[in-house]
Amino acid sequence: MQQIAIVAYQQTDCVSWAGATNEVELIMPVLRRVFDQVGLANAQDVDFVCSGSCDYLQGAAFAFVAGVDALGAVPPIKESHVEMDAAWALYESMLKIRMGHAKSALVYGFGKSSPGELPIVLSQQLDPYYLAPQWVDTISLAAMQARLMLDQGLITERDMAEVVARSRSNALNNPHAQLSGDISVDELLAQETYVSPLRKSDCPPVSDGASAVIICTVEQAVEWGVPYAIISGIDHRIESHNLAMRDLTDSVSTRQAAQVAGMADGHVDVAELYAPFSHQEIILTRALGLGEDTQVNPSGGVLAGNLMMASGLSRIGEVFNRITSGEARRGIAHATSGPCLQHNLVTVVESA
Amino acid sequence: MANLAAVVGIGQTKYTTKRGDVSIAGLVREAAANALQDAGLDWDDIEAVIIGKAPDMFEGVIMPESYLTDALGCNGKPMLRVHTAGSVGGSTALVAASHVQSGTFKRVLTVAFEKQSESNAMWALSTPQPFSVHLNAGAGGYFAPIIREYMRRSEAPYDVGIKVAVKDRLHGARNPLAHLQKPDITMQEVEDSFMLWDPLRFLEACPSSDGACAMVIASEDLAEQSPKPPAWIRGVAMRSEPTMYAGRDEVSPQAGRDCAADVYQQAGITDPRRDLDCAEVYVPFSWYEPMWLENLGFAPEGEGWKLTMEGATSLDEGGDIPWNPSGGVLCSNPIGASGMIRFAEAARQVRGDAGAHQVEGAKLALGHAYGGGAQFFSMWVVGSEKS
Repeated sequence: MQQIAIVAYQQTDCVSWAGATNEVELIMPVLRRVFDQVGLANAQDVDFVCSGSCDYLQGAAFAFVAGVDALGAVPPIKESHVEMDAAWALYESMLKIRMGHAKSALVYGFGKSSPGELPIVLSQQLDPYYLAPQWVDTISLAAMQARLMLDQGLITERDMAEVVARSRSNALNNPHAQLSGDISVDELLAQETYVSPLRKSDCPPVSDGASAVIICTVEQAVEWGVPYAIISGIDHRIESHNLAMRDLTDSVSTRQAAQVAGMADGHVDVAELYAPFSHQEIILTRALGLGEDTQVNPSGGVLAGNLMMASGLSRIGEVFNRITSGEARRGIAHATSGPCLQHNLVTVVESA
Repeated sequence: MANLAAVVGIGQTKYTTKRGDVSIAGLVREAAANALQDAGLDWDDIEAVIIGKAPDMFEGVIMPESYLTDALGCNGKPMLRVHTAGSVGGSTALVAASHVQSGTFKRVLTVAFEKQSESNAMWALSTPQPFSVHLNAGAGGYFAPIIREYMRRSEAPYDVGIKVAVKDRLHGARNPLAHLQKPDITMQEVEDSFMLWDPLRFLEACPSSDGACAMVIASEDLAEQSPKPPAWIRGVAMRSEPTMYAGRDEVSPQAGRDCAADVYQQAGITDPRRDLDCAEVYVPFSWYEPMWLENLGFAPEGEGWKLTMEGATSLDEGGDIPWNPSGGVLCSNPIGASGMIRFAEAARQVRGDAGAHQVEGAKLALGHAYGGGAQFFSMWVVGSEKS
């Protein structure tokens, strides 16, 4: 399969409230930075553009249409959109490059979650006849998943707190993080539970922001003369929507995706996992069989800042940064969608 | 170079105002099962599912692919959800095709749907937004002034839209799946129907439908083994432009012209009226037929309406380039599926499998969809031969 290069990644700061900033204003600065990273003028300099966003975050049909205003799409451009995390927009863009209809693509994701009550909004992602009318929010679903794991003795609350403590401390080195700091496991455990057994610190913050990536053929990356990393594999798999039909303590689809993406073909130096809740990082780490020699979520992960519809793309960007900076030679990025890790995407990124 | 791919199975539901007998999952599964049956395949033969629909607010389900995976036999497989406004049905077919054309998959299922009876599309399209002008008019109100401008420029007679409304309904009467069945419709009846958004009368507008459309797209080697003739994908193109910019021609958008030029170039088409045998084009409001005839290069600027009035686009009048033999969007409009229905109906024509609305000997057909403020375009050309 044709190798594809990542040449640029930029992300806004994760902020709890972007104020009166609209989506175009959220996107434009990050696009400017990602174009500058390669030396491009604007979206006219890439062959394809694909974005990921969710109408319900903004409360508008066709919310992504405004995003086109951030692109300078005159003359018209080749452009598409997924109502998913932008990691899947990157997937679509890779197909476009592989079929020879583009040599380069701009991929971006954005979300302004602050105006609504995100966990409640996302309850409307559930089966509209049997589950959505109960308005079960995402935190409650995750709490049930964590409870299942605790009751089966698969994790302890201390294990969960250790994930959070590491996230906060790793995030000290991430200028875009929303939550960071040195906080001990005991301090975390001393906090009250929020939706038992989850403490607030086990849950991701609600964040506003955007991120963007530019990918291209290896030949194009060489021509542009910028540092690049290689996407050597990518795959995604979905599982049943019916929570009772899945083993919620495992992530079968993550393992399947990693297998198809070729994760096992080499050592994994770094893994950026889209684990919105602390116990989910443990599920994913175990599902992928990651050991002590893999650095997990050096950016702090989404517990340090969760840009809905962009966090999955940002995971890929974070691994790209580790590789181009020389900190790692090979890594994986994971993205998720749906309740309790229903749908998962794994990307393998390697040094050029 | 893209790998060759073809449509090997097509399935649709009967389009109607309200499918109260099935859930959303039941609706998409019905179309998908029909497509698999048409292709002589089973769920296990499908490697990935690509699903599309218009805004989630139409049914009130966020990212419904999460919920629909079970109904579409997708568990353990990749599932991608496309959303590009009204052009989404077409874009979804193109994204599905790219799964095969890229060499990544051998055979995929694509489904587009809308169950508009679950919600109120007019409301969903008109939610007020901060910092934006509030349009409270829905799609017809948005497009009516653009149609007025076309009438002014082209000096077309007032009844061109009426003629399109009649022609497409007569086509739809040949298609048992079409929502509106009006075999006895007359010009007078359309003219007498009440004015909705001047100059658009009630019968010059599309209905609101429940429905789903599905296709199986396969690689060259698998398509050659399929029991029914494949529709070979000869060209694919998408274009987008902003809703508003200085100098934008809303009557004949540049994005539409560029998209058509791109897809024609891939398919080796130099004169679309001569080279194509028929076209399924997104015409939700009657006047968009003459407007798109010009935008897509079937007629010189200002003269699209002449083709319509001469009967060139009519199956019943023996026209040389039938447009929307299925009855088009004017007969059936489950919004998110409407684009894919155009793409699928174009494929049915070149497979020689379009029943009573078959264009005799059709070998090359255009499928077209547009969306947003006539700013998103997706098109494909399918043929009975590989090249």
